[in-house]
Amino acid sequence: MTSETLEQGATGSLGERGRRLSTGRLGDRLFGISARGSGILLLLIIAAIAVFLIAKAVPALKADKANFLTSQEWNPDAAQPRFGVLQLAWGTLLSSFMALILATPVAIGIALFIAYYSPRRLASGLGYVVDLLAAVPSVVYGLWGLQFFVPKMASVANFLHDHLGWIPLFGGDNVGGQSILTAAIVLAIMILPIISSISREVFLQVPRANIEAALALGATRWEVIRMAVLPFGRSGMVSAAMLGLGRALGETIAVAMVLSTAGGISLRILKPGGNTFAANIANTFGMAGNLGRGALIASGLVLFVITLLVNMLARAIVARRKEFV
Amino acid sequence: MSTLNQASLRGVSAGRKVKDRIVQVLVYVAFLLAVIPLLSVLWTVVSKGAKRFDPDFFTHSLNGIGANDAGGGAYHAIIGTVEQVALASVIAIPIGVLTAVYLVEYGRDSRLAKLVSFFVDVMTGLPSIVAGLFILAFWLLLLGFSYSGFAGAMALSILMMPTVVRAAEEMLKLVPNDLREASYALGVPRWRTICFVILPTAFTGIITGIMLAIARVMGETAPLLLTVFVTSAINNNPFQGPQMALPLFIFDQAQRPNDVAINRAWAAALTLIVIIMLLNLVARVIARLRKPVSR
Amino acid sequence: MAKRIEISGLNAYYGKTRAIEDISMTIEPRSVTAFIGPSGCGKSTLLRTLNRMHEVIPGARVEGKVMLDDLNLYGSDVDPVAVRRAVGMVFQRPNPFPTMSIFDNVAAGLKLNGVRGRNRLGEIVEKSLRGANLWNEVKDRLNRPGAGLSGGQQQRLCIARAIAVEPQVLLMDEPCSALDPISTLAVEDLIASLKDQYTIVIVTHNMQQAARVSDRTGFFNLAGQGQPGRLVEIDDTNKIFTNPGEKATEDYITGRFG
Repeated sequence: MTSETLEQGATGSLGERGRRLSTGRLGDRLFGISARGSGILLLLIIAAIAVFLIAKAVPALKADKANFLTSQEWNPDAAQPRFGVLQLAWGTLLSSFMALILATPVAIGIALFIAYYSPRRLASGLGYVVDLLAAVPSVVYGLWGLQFFVPKMASVANFLHDHLGWIPLFGGDNVGGQSILTAAIVLAIMILPIISSISREVFLQVPRANIEAALALGATRWEVIRMAVLPFGRSGMVSAAMLGLGRALGETIAVAMVLSTAGGISLRILKPGGNTFAANIANTFGMAGNLGRGALIASGLVLFVITLLVNMLARAIVARRKEFV
Repeated sequence: MSTLNQASLRGVSAGRKVKDRIVQVLVYVAFLLAVIPLLSVLWTVVSKGAKRFDPDFFTHSLNGIGANDAGGGAYHAIIGTVEQVALASVIAIPIGVLTAVYLVEYGRDSRLAKLVSFFVDVMTGLPSIVAGLFILAFWLLLLGFSYSGFAGAMALSILMMPTVVRAAEEMLKLVPNDLREASYALGVPRWRTICFVILPTAFTGIITGIMLAIARVMGETAPLLLTVFVTSAINNNPFQGPQMALPLFIFDQAQRPNDVAINRAWAAALTLIVIIMLLNLVARVIARLRKPVSR
Repeated sequence: MAKRIEISGLNAYYGKTRAIEDISMTIEPRSVTAFIGPSGCGKSTLLRTLNRMHEVIPGARVEGKVMLDDLNLYGSDVDPVAVRRAVGMVFQRPNPFPTMSIFDNVAAGLKLNGVRGRNRLGEIVEKSLRGANLWNEVKDRLNRPGAGLSGGQQQRLCIARAIAVEPQVLLMDEPCSALDPISTLAVEDLIASLKDQYTIVIVTHNMQQAARVSDRTGFFNLAGQGQPGRLVEIDDTNKIFTNPGEKATEDYITGRFG
């Protein structure tokens, strides 16, 4: 009897504890499942983005009477729908690469300034000032670009055209403010902060020991940067520029507002005209019919793929650097 | 080389000195080049936005305001932005934080975690207009719902998620491992450890990240253009019918060919910038407050 | 080319705190002078004032005079960059440039000074690597990254890099503290062989090392907690380790504190 009650008591308390443990386990399982589920949900969203964009793009692509990749037309809602992304791809890549070329040296200069030239006490404050550039919404850049910057650029364009018009880049009949160059400058301003903040982070990771080694050899400040900082930060700077490029490629509203879109492929960067994937979607979506929307979605898909490739390349460079160092 | 005199201590060769100077000047110029557009943007927004930054602007919509009429306001746009961003946060924050918890606390180096982490990076680079196109293709065209604030909120939440995941992940990684081990050693189950020890420790950092994410999506225009549409009337219900949003309001008004509309656009830009800067500022203050605690 | 260093009335500060106080001493050419003393006594700070590396730390400054023979390193018209070119330095942890090959590491300082041409550079690089007792170990892989060498080899690479520009003085800040005993021995041998040509100043925590490699030893100590470091005495190494003039020195070297 006694042993039995004892045993019962023992099992009882064990059962009690077992239950409490299992509540813990149940909680653990539920929590683990929801955490894991969130991760999986994220994957599903990405998959859904790809699937639904493709699903909506395919009917439009089937109806396309022109070559989607090489045609320069954009008449998806015509009786004989003809549309292609070549001019969009051209405008997007041209404006983004110009923005990249303009922004990268300046951004690296800013990063060097904050990391190595500015007074130490001001460094974080100055970094914050540059980050503020990133906090300004793109629609505000668009408004500023359209109302303030475009008129200024019109005179710049005229000046360049008058004096350097013999260079094909600056040629053309009627130059103006709402040009690819203006769009590229606005884009450059918008991608400055991302490039400079990543570069700055990389520069700050340069081991103090390497900087002192260069200093002790009798290097000037620039020579220290050239010997110890830039080689160390090279891959970081490249990937920062690539991430900036990815941002520029997908930027919509500011370009849509600043650029006076027109068809055709041209290298005349001062002429109003040109178009980008994103701006085309924003500008023509409102008027697009059923097939037109499908066509826009198809062009969005191309944009997605291009930015994806650029971003993945950037990450791959970062990852390789991590292995290397 | 071995002759050394006071003159040779006076400096390095002129060429090297000049190069050093040139670079210094270039670097200063680079910084100025960044500050000029910033100041220009802020100055134009403040000076031109102040014209219509009046009580009327915040209490009235554009309903019944003719194309060339003065007056009217952005009340409907502010309501829309607040509701859309709130809904987007409600969707994105739990998913984002839980995903971060998965990546840091559960997944570690599992294959799924690596996959998720990779696609978070992919999402970070997703052009905002593509997020809008997705909701358009899926929610509006396929499922047949109409334009609504909620559709916009879904698009915004897609843009928020990766930022929230990365911010939360970073903060969770900063939580010292000792804390986890101490809690496990006391027999506290894992989920309680995460909910009551780890997340509170990382709390302020995560809040900072979330506020920055909110500030970022608040200015998004492109996805809303495709999902929320544009209206001039007040619509308090984000689940039904087109809404307005501040960025859309700016986009819409800026392209009209008359000054009253453009002044409204500037005022809306000022409103938007003030809200975003406040969010940024508060986020930074929180981040700064936190620092001594973690040290 | 080795020079005598004369320090007089030297004070060094980090912001408002004084790290070393009123130091005066003479460092003889073609000899090894060791600085010993407890942690935080300012011996590394003093070393870094000798090539004006102290002032690269924000807020740091120096008062006083350091003469290199008849040249004042802190003269008003003196460029610190030129000083560092004349006074070489080897650090506590080996710090070869990670992105450069062995060859480029040694040639780094030469290139700054305008030495050009692969042949000319190659000659000096070989001479320096031989001087650093490293040539035989690396001559077949001069184009490999310097970071791939062992710790001891890296430190000798850094010494080669420092002597390649033929400095007047070689400063060494605890050059062996990150090395294993065998590498330490190799570096100590190297120091002994370099002293014919250079004025060498070495900071060390290791008293045996000071006794083994140095001709003269300076002992530094803090006047008290939170006080700046001072030079207690400097004398022939033999005398410091057998019959020091000050009680504090004796306490320190016999292990009673520090």
